[in-house]
Amino acid sequence: MRKTIKKLFWAWDFDKEEAWLNEMAAKGLAMVSYGFCRYEFEETEPGEYRIAMELLPHALNHPESEQYLRFLEETGIELVGSWMRWIYVRKKTDGGEFELLSDRKSKVEHLVRILILVGLVGGLNLYSGFYNFFIWTQFHNGISVFASCIGFALALLATFGAVRLGIKAYRIARERGIYED
Amino acid sequence: MAESALTEAVYYILLSLTEPLHGYGIMQKAESLSGGRVRLAAGTLYGALSNLTERGWIESAPDENGAEPRGREARRHAYRITPRGLEILRGEVKRLGELYENGLLILGKADADM
Repeated sequence: MRKTIKKLFWAWDFDKEEAWLNEMAAKGLAMVSYGFCRYEFEETEPGEYRIAMELLPHALNHPESEQYLRFLEETGIELVGSWMRWIYVRKKTDGGEFELLSDRKSKVEHLVRILILVGLVGGLNLYSGFYNFFIWTQFHNGISVFASCIGFALALLATFGAVRLGIKAYRIARERGIYED
Repeated sequence: MAESALTEAVYYILLSLTEPLHGYGIMQKAESLSGGRVRLAAGTLYGALSNLTERGWIESAPDENGAEPRGREARRHAYRITPRGLEILRGEVKRLGELYENGLLILGKADADM
């Protein structure tokens, strides 16, 4: 039997999203597909699968990404969903932890990749905020004030997310001065 | 530079590739060599394999049929260590030996004094 759940996670909370998907999998609901904020699950044995997420450096249909996904497949990792450059994968539980990135260097690089994406979205919204504000100063129309406020609010939200990601990356990076990996 | 310490992942990858292996084989060998301690994550392994190939420390090995991997089949390709990689690995074993010997020398002595 399949089950669909709607839920929203911010990009900077992808680790919480991953943890939630793993809780579901532990209960016997393994994710099989993803649409925007819409997760579809299938019933499995409790704890049969473990889930992981990653933001790829290239688009999903890029040869690099295709090669990477084939490599994952070879190691028993199955692609179950994607959204833009985000991938959701699952693997049959083999007793140990399941992560895609096990070393600090790759983890920091991954966080920085997400940070750049969030920063880009924030920047666009900031631009939209100022642009619409400028329009309003010319024409004094209500819709421009509204659009400007939305732009500034989203830019603020993205800034918050970028700071969260930055802190996470910094914490891991600092450990790299102590540990070899 | 060979004088820098290798990461544990790179060390076990090089050690595993003294015989030709596919990605999954490397993960299994690293895990069994380390008594289950070192579990290379697939994404980390993929990144390290590309990086080591670019440096010329490892290379693609012909598959079981002796044919060079091509196109879509490239995913099935095995890797093996190059002479340069072997040289790096030997240097690292020597360095690790030094670390180990010094550890025993200092801690062994301190423990004996207690």
